[in-house]
Amino acid sequence: MSTDLNINVHHVTRVEGHGNIVVDMKKGNLNKAQLEIVEPPRFFEAMLKGRNFHEVAIITSRICGICSLGHQMTSLKATEAALGLEVSEQTEILRKILIHGSTFQSNILHALFLATPDFFKVGSVFPLVKTNKAVVEAALRLKRLANDIGDVISGRAVHPISCVPGGFTKLPSEDDLRTLRDKIVTQGLPDAELAIDALASVAHEIPPFERETEYISVYSDKEYALYDGDICSSDTGLYPVEKYLEVTNEFVVDHSSSKHARFNRDSYMVGALARFNNSYALLKPKAKDVAAKLGLEAPNYNPYMNTVAQVVEVVHCVEDTLEMIDYLLDTGIKQEKPNQEPTRYGRGIATTEVPRGILFHDYTYNRQGMIDKANCIIPTGQNLANIDDDMKKLVPEIIAEGKDAITRKLEMLVRAYDPCISCSVHMLDVEFIE
Amino acid sequence: MSGQKPKVAFFDFTGCEGCQLNKLNFENELLDLLELVDIVEFREAMDGKADYYDIAFIEGGISTPQCIERIHDIRRRCGVMVALGQCAVSGGINAMKNLHPSEWVQEAVYGEDKYLFPSIPAQPVSAIVNVDYEVRGCPMSAPEYLHVFKSLILGRKPEIKDYAVCVECKLKENECVLDKGMFCLGPITRAGCEAICPSNGQYCTGCRGPVSNINRDGAVDMLKKHGYSTEEALKRMKMFNTNEIDKEIKWGR
Ligand code: SF4
Ligand code: SF4
Repeated sequence: MSTDLNINVHHVTRVEGHGNIVVDMKKGNLNKAQLEIVEPPRFFEAMLKGRNFHEVAIITSRICGICSLGHQMTSLKATEAALGLEVSEQTEILRKILIHGSTFQSNILHALFLATPDFFKVGSVFPLVKTNKAVVEAALRLKRLANDIGDVISGRAVHPISCVPGGFTKLPSEDDLRTLRDKIVTQGLPDAELAIDALASVAHEIPPFERETEYISVYSDKEYALYDGDICSSDTGLYPVEKYLEVTNEFVVDHSSSKHARFNRDSYMVGALARFNNSYALLKPKAKDVAAKLGLEAPNYNPYMNTVAQVVEVVHCVEDTLEMIDYLLDTGIKQEKPNQEPTRYGRGIATTEVPRGILFHDYTYNRQGMIDKANCIIPTGQNLANIDDDMKKLVPEIIAEGKDAITRKLEMLVRAYDPCISCSVHMLDVEFIE
Repeated sequence: MSGQKPKVAFFDFTGCEGCQLNKLNFENELLDLLELVDIVEFREAMDGKADYYDIAFIEGGISTPQCIERIHDIRRRCGVMVALGQCAVSGGINAMKNLHPSEWVQEAVYGEDKYLFPSIPAQPVSAIVNVDYEVRGCPMSAPEYLHVFKSLILGRKPEIKDYAVCVECKLKENECVLDKGMFCLGPITRAGCEAICPSNGQYCTGCRGPVSNINRDGAVDMLKKHGYSTEEALKRMKMFNTNEIDKEIKWGR
């Protein structure tokens, strides 16, 4: 058996954004096992400077098209905190439904279109159109349904329109909500079942790898927290959002144009598995059933299971969305205008769980309601150190399997984290010398 | 393209992948379209690479020297090139950084390490290579993309609109947002989105870029009448269209 290994996967496929996997092993010594991030930087923090509070969420939603709803919500909450804008209960519920729709959409897209082809041992979802047409169609319909949630509540699922600081410029009608509800019940639930069965049939392909790490997510004792809550570390408990810099500790590494993060250990994990581990008890019953069916128990230390946790969350989001729609239909939609009269100008910090993990926006406004300073900390950046640490443990464990198998498992590992590299690179641009 | 199925490829440059996602949003047509073409490269969705493409769809704008190299390479190997979304068409939201001196941008983000990280102004694909068709919008308009895609497969010339969003807004019988006391760029922005923002009670941010015969000063005067200073009006016009509104910007071509 050779103890030298050199892997260089240029531009990993089936992930959002650009990253390379590099492994260098000489005589059984692992010199390097890392994910290099080569996405061009976009300088959002600089772009925000001097922008009016009406424009800020419109700009930050463009950090990432896949999590645009999450960025929008976090941005609105940070602006509202900075300007002292209160929002109504109705606004909060509608936003929670939007976040659910976005989690639902992104998780489906990742779990079923990008990660699942690995379990079927094909290079993309396209061959599955022929071999597993019913499942692909169900998955497409589910994605459509998730999209409908965004369309109905915010005018557009990618870069939402009607959610603004202080509320909504247009509210969904009760009829729209009823139609949406029917569609979720008659079409969404059976399709989800089909997709879950398909995933269950290949779940044994998920590599059995474990590395216990620190799990960080938003947490609330009232619900499985996505829209709002405190920062929760599986190691040391709860922190208010204002302490986010002490938790994230971003630092520069030379192999990534995105900064890395660490808290109590060398690295921590964020995303579906972190949320699942920290908030399992608050999942809806059907979601717990699906977790059991797919062999996911809390706590789980296998990063490959992140994909399974995503599917469990889809079920949770569907169930919770139905309950929230029912509540809105019971109380009736109140016609109200967004509250856009600032009561103060200053700093506002907000956190939300976007599909890939905990997200922070931090703004400081001047007295004209324009941004003076902005900072956004994005989930994928927080996962990068953890991915590197996983690779360092994984490679020696599977060294006997040969280069192809190792490469495949490393790519699957990176994909399991569902890295959204385009948004993680908001900071640095580093040249690589090969 | 006759005989065989056309070879189609998708490439992404600097952007948010929102256009990418929007592309997947007509599930019904998607599977039918897939029957008619051969997707040969699509990094986000599949493994694999090809040497030649009949149609290359480009998403995202140009923002690094590597982007310039890559886009030349794709242009050499493709028949028709289509820019998808405002980042590709005009530089889009990324071009806002061009508004500030590059030294300031680097410093705002990197502080003391600003000299470590060179960057070039964000530019449209057409600043580097010839682009045959464009689908505008941030995110790109999905129906328009479908129209262009289908036309190209059928060997027809796609129809591109060149009148203002206001026209579509009036057809929708919306209450004018300017009359409601809000800001709006509908009068100077290119139609094709069905005035989706005013229809949702929000103002038009100009995400599809200006109509081709835009009168910049006239637009500023119009906004001034509605209470916006020249500075604020221009700043807002530039959100998605820095390069088009600010022709003075020098591209490092
Ligand atoms: S045009 Fe807009 S939606 Fe498309 S990639 Fe650029 S920022 Fe994203
Ligand atoms: S209304 Fe304006 S901002 Fe909205 S999609 Fe159309 S062009 Fe873009």
